[in-house]
Amino acid sequence: MSIAANRIVAGEGVMAWHLAAPSAVLPGIAAVVAGLLLGLPRAWPRLRFAGSALGLGGLLWLLMRGAPALLDGAGDYARVSPAIGFWCLLLVLMLLMADALVQMTPGPLARGALLAAVLGALALILGSGALSQLSVLQEFASRKAAFADATLRHLGLAFGSLAVAAAFGFPLGIACHRRARLRGATLPALSLLQTIPSLAMFGLMIPLLGWVGDSVPGAQAIGIAGIGFAPAFLALVLYSLLPVVSNTVAGLAAAPPEALEAARGMGMTPRQRLIRVEFPLGLPVILTGLRIVLVQNIGLAVIAGLIGGGGYGTFVFQGLNQTATDLILLGALPTVALALASAIVMDILVDLAGPAQRKSA
Amino acid sequence: MIEIERITKTYGDVHAVDAVTMTAQTGTITVIVGTSGSGKTTLLRMINRLEEPTSGEVRIKGQSTLATEPHLLRRRIGYAIQGHGLFPHYTVARNIGAVPELLNWPKAKIRARVDELLNLFSMDPAEFRHRYPAELSGGQQQRVGVARALASRPDLMLMDEPFGALDPIIRARAQDDLRRIHKALGSTIMLVTHDMEEAIRLGDRVAVMDEGKLIQHGTPAEIIAQPANGFVADMVGDVERPLRLLSLIPLSDLVEDGAAPGDALPAEASLRDALAACLWTGRNAVPVEHDGAVVGRVTFDAIRARAQIHP
Ligand SMILES: Nc1ncnc2c1ncn2[C@@H]1O[C@H](COP(=O)(O)OP(=O)(O)O)[C@@H](O)[C@H]1O
Ligand SMILES: [Mg+2]
Repeated sequence: MSIAANRIVAGEGVMAWHLAAPSAVLPGIAAVVAGLLLGLPRAWPRLRFAGSALGLGGLLWLLMRGAPALLDGAGDYARVSPAIGFWCLLLVLMLLMADALVQMTPGPLARGALLAAVLGALALILGSGALSQLSVLQEFASRKAAFADATLRHLGLAFGSLAVAAAFGFPLGIACHRRARLRGATLPALSLLQTIPSLAMFGLMIPLLGWVGDSVPGAQAIGIAGIGFAPAFLALVLYSLLPVVSNTVAGLAAAPPEALEAARGMGMTPRQRLIRVEFPLGLPVILTGLRIVLVQNIGLAVIAGLIGGGGYGTFVFQGLNQTATDLILLGALPTVALALASAIVMDILVDLAGPAQRKSA
Repeated sequence: MIEIERITKTYGDVHAVDAVTMTAQTGTITVIVGTSGSGKTTLLRMINRLEEPTSGEVRIKGQSTLATEPHLLRRRIGYAIQGHGLFPHYTVARNIGAVPELLNWPKAKIRARVDELLNLFSMDPAEFRHRYPAELSGGQQQRVGVARALASRPDLMLMDEPFGALDPIIRARAQDDLRRIHKALGSTIMLVTHDMEEAIRLGDRVAVMDEGKLIQHGTPAEIIAQPANGFVADMVGDVERPLRLLSLIPLSDLVEDGAAPGDALPAEASLRDALAACLWTGRNAVPVEHDGAVVGRVTFDAIRARAQIHP
């Protein structure tokens, strides 16, 4: 753990066992050590899972006990935050947990329940105020309204651009699936879009939409301008098109040719073939495309903060300007959590979409 | 009755099917046989308009197939292909019920029909209804494929090498099944194969194709006894011709009064079976039974004489 006189200066490290009275830190340290030991043997994934959970509990305990003890009498502006040792342990324990989960191969419903449990526990811990003395959460406390606003913006950017990309991408994907020539022209063009670096893309949007906003009557009234939400949104949509379209094409092409021939031979119209055969058989691949887009956009939306698009990126760039690490974390941590949670939920959906064929395959 | 009239399909310079004219009577099995690339599949697919003919016409019960929209036409015609083409994401029941569903049959009627067909193919509905194709053996998948083609009781069934992917034993069983089911349902069947043995076993009529042309169209006995040219004779196989011919003739044709030693053969067995029995057990004649009672015998000499009639 580290303690600093205020939020700008670099902190000085404090070892875990010096955080507070031995009676207060000992259970936490013991839990972390026991958790690591339990987690090491490869043969028993359940034991490894339990160990990682125990270790995380120990880390939490240390944070809860250590922060108030350090702050006690350190002055009003003093900040406590976890230091490198904490982050390393957190990473190791989470890797152990992920590895145990991979070995245990829980079904989609079990994974859903697990995710809900983890999120619930997180909400409970944050809501209880037990960690409110940590510096990241102090930053949060002083920006509650801005944080709520940024969350809405971020979700709006990520999910909104996904929805728009899907609305355009699905029909385009279906058309490309049917006509090889259209496919030959569209996919390379979209790939080219994908290769534009994100900063350049956001930069390009500024003059482009600025010009549209100035020259098209009424455009400014609905929020189209060089900076702000609109250019960020549009950039994300453009980035999303390739994964949506190419996965739609790949998914629709995944149906076995004999099955399609049989469908035609029994008198299905092209539309019926699409809805009854090609789409359900391609759904896992199509959903995988949406998963890629969602996770990518949650991450890219951070950069939107740079051109005034709002979202968690606002905190990250403010933090970078002020070299305030806690502020950067306030933007980065929820972004990572959101991306992870979305990835897990989408993976569950992908699994649910294709149970029939996979059952015995 | 299916009437095919001077039907032709060209791909560029290739005459895939070249002015084929042929009639199939209602309730019969016509087997189209030929080497690979001879145009069998193309001919079959022009009947349900999966391919549009370059010229010529097909009439079903006197009505041109051009009078109906292709997808509506196809819903009335059963279609089974090699490799079954089952929908991997549908259960057995939904696969079989696919065409009735397209035709908007009520649910209860579809369910009853699915169970009826599964029983017909000796598959217990309670056991198989809810399985997915990946959970069936190759033979079972193929039976479900044929059951699906039969589901809406089509008057006409088109089958393109339906047993091509099966191993010989399962294949023979599937052929027997098809004959039994055909007897029970009485629909008209057009079946494509490259296997002359299969054509002779299954066909009421056999149509031999080569390079897009119909070379010979007749009963299996005619094809074997009087091949129209060297190509057909080659397809039948010179060495095996007498045996193939004998396999078409039941013992009841040659049965005569008199006794013979050893186990009796049923009257429906073929002369080929009797010949094999004579050779294997060193007998000069075998007894013939009908409904459990011996009705006479068939002699080795009579079989030989019958095989010799055709030089
Ligand atoms: N779609 C097509 N395009 C071009 N040539 C084709 C096409 N379909 C079939 N052919 C040609 O037509 C001929 C007959 O093919 P086909 O009917 O599939 O024969 P079979 O079923 O007897 O093996 C072959 O020479 C084949 O190459
Ligand atoms: Mg063929």
